[in-house]
Amino acid sequence: MPLKLEIVTPERMAYRDEVDAVTLPGSEGELGVLPHHAPLITTLGAGELRVRKGDTVELFAVIGGFLQVRPDRVIVMAETADLASDIDLERAQAARREAERALESGYHEGADLSAARAALQVALLRIRVAERRHREGPRRRG
Amino acid sequence: MASLRDLRRRIRDVGKIKQITRAMQFVAASKLKRAQDATLNARPYAEAIDEVLADVAAVLSGEDHPLLGTPEKGKRLIVLFTSDRGLAGPFNTNTIRFVARAITEHQGDLAVVAVGRKGRDALRRARVPIEAYFDGFGDRPSFADVVPLARLVTDDYRSGGYERIDLVYSQFVSTLVQRPALEQLLPVKPSEDTKGIPGNQFIFEPSPSAVLEQLLPRYVAQRLFQAVLESKASEESSRMVAMRNATDNADDLIDDYTLEYNKVRQTSITREMIEIATGAQAR
Repeated sequence: MPLKLEIVTPERMAYRDEVDAVTLPGSEGELGVLPHHAPLITTLGAGELRVRKGDTVELFAVIGGFLQVRPDRVIVMAETADLASDIDLERAQAARREAERALESGYHEGADLSAARAALQVALLRIRVAERRHREGPRRRG
Repeated sequence: MASLRDLRRRIRDVGKIKQITRAMQFVAASKLKRAQDATLNARPYAEAIDEVLADVAAVLSGEDHPLLGTPEKGKRLIVLFTSDRGLAGPFNTNTIRFVARAITEHQGDLAVVAVGRKGRDALRRARVPIEAYFDGFGDRPSFADVVPLARLVTDDYRSGGYERIDLVYSQFVSTLVQRPALEQLLPVKPSEDTKGIPGNQFIFEPSPSAVLEQLLPRYVAQRLFQAVLESKASEESSRMVAMRNATDNADDLIDDYTLEYNKVRQTSITREMIEIATGAQAR
C-alpha cells in the first residue's frame, strides 16, 4: 500500500503524490516514514527530505515545519520546500556570500545577527541539497 | 448652451479618462486573478496547520500556553488591512467604516496596527493610537513579508501589552461581493477537533507543548498572510468593478456630449442658412 504524501508551504502545494517511503529531518534526528506508520505529530528541523517512489528518489530542501502522519496520509508543513532540481545554485551561493558578509561586518557592531544567521543556514542547506543531486543525479535503486 | 469648441474639448477629455479607466480595469482584472490564485494556493497549508492545532489543543488546555486560553477584559489590539492606493471603489471606505464602528463600540484601551496607507491615514485623522504601520506588501505578497508583522503581534501579546488581538480585513466572497470582517487572532481559538482521528491518538514528538510552541507563531503568521491575500483580492476586484463602471459612464457621457454637439452644430447651420436667405431676400 503506497503512502499518500503532501508537502505544503504557506504559498503553495509543493508536492503531492503516492510514494513508497519518505525520510525527513525531524527535530530529534532523522526520521523515516513507511506505510502504516503510527499517528504522529512532530516538529521538523532544516534539512533534506527524501521521497522514494519505485526506484527513483527525489530530494527536497525543507526548512522549519511539522510532520503529521495520519492513517490516510502524511502531511509535511514547511516554511519552504524546494525540489533539488529547482534550486538555483548560483543564487544560493550568492545568498551565502551575502549572509557571510553581513555576519562578518555585523559581528563587530554587535547588530542583530539572527536574520543573517538564518539566511546563511538556508543558503548552505540549499547548496548542499543541490550539489548532492548534481553528484548523484536522479538516483536509481535496484 | 455650450459652444462647439467647448463640447469638442469635453468629448476629447472624457475619451482620455476612459482610456485610463479601461486600462486600470484590465490591470486590476489580471492582478485579481493572481491574488485569487495565491489565496487558493495558500489554503492547503492553512487547513493542515489548523488541523494540527486542533489536535494539539485537544490534549492541552489554556494554562499550558499563554497564546491559548480565553480573552480577559483589557487592552485590545486591532490589525487593520487596507490598501496603499486609492481608486478602488468602496473597498477602503467600507473597511474603515467597519473598523470605526468596532472601535467606537469598544470600551477601554485600544490600539491599531495599520497595514496599508489608506487605513493609517484614516486612523490618524480620527486620532486612534497607531501601534505600528506596515506598507501593503505590494502586488505579490509573500509569506516572508508577513513574518515581521507576525513577530510584532505575537511579542506584543506575550509581553502582556494586550489581552486580545483581532484582525479586520475585507473578505473576498466573489468578484461583486467583498465583506469587511472582524476575526479574533489571539488568544488562539482552535477549531473543533472533529476531522481525522482525535488528537489524543497521536504521538507528539518531542511533546505536545513543544509542538505547540513551534506551531503558534506559524499559525499567527499564516492567519495574517491569509488576511493579506484576501484583502488584496478584495481590493483588486473592487477596483475592477469601479473602473468598469467608470468606463461605462464615460461612454454614456461621450454619447450625451456627441448628441449635444450635433444639435448645436445643426442649430448654427440652420441659423446661418436663415441669415443667408433673409440677406438674399432683402436685396
